[in-house]
Amino acid sequence: MTTLTHLDRLEAESIHILREVAASMQNPVMMYSIGKDSSVLLHLARKAFYPGPIPFPLLHVDTTWKFKEMIAFRDALNDDPQTELLVHINQEGVEQGIGPFTHGSAVHTDVMKTQGLKQALDKYKFDAAIGGARRDEEKSRAKERIFSFRSAQHRWDPKTQRPELWSLYNARIKPGESVRVFPISNWTELDIWQYIYQENIDLVPLYFAAERPVVERDGIMVMVDDGRLPLEPGEEPMMKKVRFRTLGCYPLTGAVESSASTVTEIIEEMLRTTTSEREGRAIDKDAPASMEMKKQEGYF
Amino acid sequence: MDGYAAPDFANIEEYLDSQLKKSLLRFITCGSVDDGKSTLIGRLLYESKMIFDDQLASLKNESKKFGTQGEEIDFALLVDGLAAEREQGITIDVAYRFFATERRKYIVADTPGHEQYTRNMATGASTADLAIVMIDARKGVLTQTRRHSFIVSLLGIRNVVLCINKMDLVGYDRDVFDKIEADYRAFAADFGFENIQAIPVSALAGDNIVDHSENTPWYDGPPLIEYLDTVEIASDVKDQPFRMPVQWVNRPNLDFRGFAGQILSGSLKPGDGVRALPSGKSSKVARIVTMGGDLDEAVEGQSVTLTLEDEIDVSRGDVLCADKQPAEVSDQFQATMLWMSDSAMLPGRSYVMKIGARECQMQVTEQRYRIDVNTRAHEAAKTLDLNEIGIVNIALDRDVAFDAYQDNRRMGGFIVIDRMTNETVGLGLINFALRRASNIHRQSMDIGKELRASMKGQKPVMLWFTGLSGAGKSTVANLVEKRLAAMGKHTYTLDGDNVRHGLNNDLGFTDADRVENIRRVGEVAKLMLDAGLIVLVSFISPFRAERRIVRQMVEDGEFWEVFVDVPLDVAESRDVKGLYKKARAGEIKNFTGIDSPYEAPTDPEIHIDADRLSPEAAADVVIARLEQAGLIGS
Repeated sequence: MTTLTHLDRLEAESIHILREVAASMQNPVMMYSIGKDSSVLLHLARKAFYPGPIPFPLLHVDTTWKFKEMIAFRDALNDDPQTELLVHINQEGVEQGIGPFTHGSAVHTDVMKTQGLKQALDKYKFDAAIGGARRDEEKSRAKERIFSFRSAQHRWDPKTQRPELWSLYNARIKPGESVRVFPISNWTELDIWQYIYQENIDLVPLYFAAERPVVERDGIMVMVDDGRLPLEPGEEPMMKKVRFRTLGCYPLTGAVESSASTVTEIIEEMLRTTTSEREGRAIDKDAPASMEMKKQEGYF
Repeated sequence: MDGYAAPDFANIEEYLDSQLKKSLLRFITCGSVDDGKSTLIGRLLYESKMIFDDQLASLKNESKKFGTQGEEIDFALLVDGLAAEREQGITIDVAYRFFATERRKYIVADTPGHEQYTRNMATGASTADLAIVMIDARKGVLTQTRRHSFIVSLLGIRNVVLCINKMDLVGYDRDVFDKIEADYRAFAADFGFENIQAIPVSALAGDNIVDHSENTPWYDGPPLIEYLDTVEIASDVKDQPFRMPVQWVNRPNLDFRGFAGQILSGSLKPGDGVRALPSGKSSKVARIVTMGGDLDEAVEGQSVTLTLEDEIDVSRGDVLCADKQPAEVSDQFQATMLWMSDSAMLPGRSYVMKIGARECQMQVTEQRYRIDVNTRAHEAAKTLDLNEIGIVNIALDRDVAFDAYQDNRRMGGFIVIDRMTNETVGLGLINFALRRASNIHRQSMDIGKELRASMKGQKPVMLWFTGLSGAGKSTVANLVEKRLAAMGKHTYTLDGDNVRHGLNNDLGFTDADRVENIRRVGEVAKLMLDAGLIVLVSFISPFRAERRIVRQMVEDGEFWEVFVDVPLDVAESRDVKGLYKKARAGEIKNFTGIDSPYEAPTDPEIHIDADRLSPEAAADVVIARLEQAGLIGS
């Protein structure tokens, strides 16, 4: 008799959720951030609908400041007949020259990511956006529903979220309203890595340690991914063996020194590590409840 | 830390493979405010190294700012996630936490203890295998402990860990512990718990969490984590036959037709007979398809795609069952219902039920009684308010497949959704099918509505006059009926006041009674339609939901909503029966427009501006519209 491991059960739950979204929403989309959680989500979606194609498109909201290797990895999806990839860039933001150095990380993230996402959802009239957020990432996410209800203005109100019982998801909405759906809510970072190892899932090479040019700022190592990074006087990029624990806009994503160049080495490093995943993200540092505020404003 | 030997990094792959084989345990923590639930969970995360240095640093900062433990780390701050909660010092919603030991991965539902959030407890309990019930050693078993245990038991949890917390504050006194355990076992005797393990702990000081505490030498049971790691969790559906609600019909091309779903119970092999419910059609499993290759066997918990040997009609919402042990099918049930909304559950109102992958319309036909969650006493009540539990009879608009919740948690639980707001307003547990539906078959009649109507030379139609008291509904209806009679039509008028003197003389003016009032009148009017009559109904009928139910009872085009529209101040100034005056004086309660709402039709068939039109002119409008629609000959 087959006995299921914790990964088997997490996988089965996620597949169930993905099928519920596809079956009960009119026009769902899967947010594709190119990171490891997105790669796991994409793998789960392929499994959920095999042998058929994934019945919803993937959407990448491109802030124009992503690592080059991320974009190359993303664009390779265009060769896959089972997936449809949409890319959205906030053109108004581009025209205004919004960037992390000129406007600061808060404005950059709000305009290019949060506003860009809302634009894309409105443009394509998606009524469900599937995301790879996990409840273990951050305290305000621990209370997030799997089907997270959003008003017509894309706002999240922690007080109006619907109770979720058993695996019965209430997907009913009125015109203009939408849901965000988080199929891997119950996974932890370790589960993700164990699953990547077990299923041999392909990742952006940035997750693995390599010699990369970095500068150190405010205790965060920033990779010099292109010529747009303004160097301070006397600042000299150094080659260091680094990798990234999360991926985002390169100027806002801290690298960690590491020699882990395989999935097993990463897991080994993780088991020894004493710093949580979001530490490398500049976005959380502003205020204790900053993620909660961003969520209410419509950040994923 | 004992029990958490550092992984053997020399052989990382072997270690990893062993890590992939953990089992999963979901549990809920419940207890009263300040029993220390959040502290306990914070402690579990800390002990299992799920708290990182940076989180610990930020925790130390926050402990000084918000904490209740002075210079000590306040573990509760780790889990009280939302900013609003941190300010109030209470948790207000279900939060999910994760930690892992060498043997198991844990998902913890952290639910708040206040009375008003009973629904959150039920939410957390619905997916849990085990409940940790927290008791403050200084306070013992409280009313809230009883309520939480009742809800846990109701939702089918059979394993309870009784964490008697704050033992440090009672001097680790064994007598205190023994007395609380005995009290708890006595009152929980008929809750159907299979295991109750009492453990003396201090979440704050860490006693009996990971290791046996030196402070409780008299306790010879396991510490908490050891117990959680080793407790046998009999799957709640261990001996149940195969069940899989179909979520998705996978049809990538003409050669493949697969039925995708998650197996709720039982197991399955290719060649096994399956039956699709509610249709009852049988076939055999051809393949169990997954991306990793076809399976020889699929078991409870897996998400799979099945192909069948025969082309039988199966769609989303149907349930595939073991052919020899199919689920039951019915459209009427007795169920236990927990209400989760501020607007009360009203018998007769139409709601949406979601069970498995199916949504259907449901009504509570009758509430048998309400259960006091503290004493479990039965109380007479027709409606349910927020956080109340009742035993109800339910009728659906179609057959669904189910098993009793007691036998199969995953096949007998449903949620209730409000049709207007789309909020999840209730949960239900099916107790058993009511046989009425299947035993009272509709008698099929040789003489039908069409024949009866054609003998009268007319088309049956229901004219539903709605509007405020004093708007002139009955006056207009009376004039319309006179015109129809003059045209030789066969009619009947049901008038609100008249019906309340007879058929509905047992009903008052509460929301629940208003709903039942309309339901009965709708049924009577429907019988009259069936007799071939033109039926005029003159009722305030203030709620949209009920008017919509009547509309749905009859065939398309038979229900005509006639909105007799006057502003409230005009109706009140007319006050033909002197009722508004009494209502304003407080002598009449629940008077529509004064202290009970009137929900105006959004899209009535006929909208009469009765402020401007005379009753005669209004009747002309109605007759003209019926002629235009070809319902009455001119």
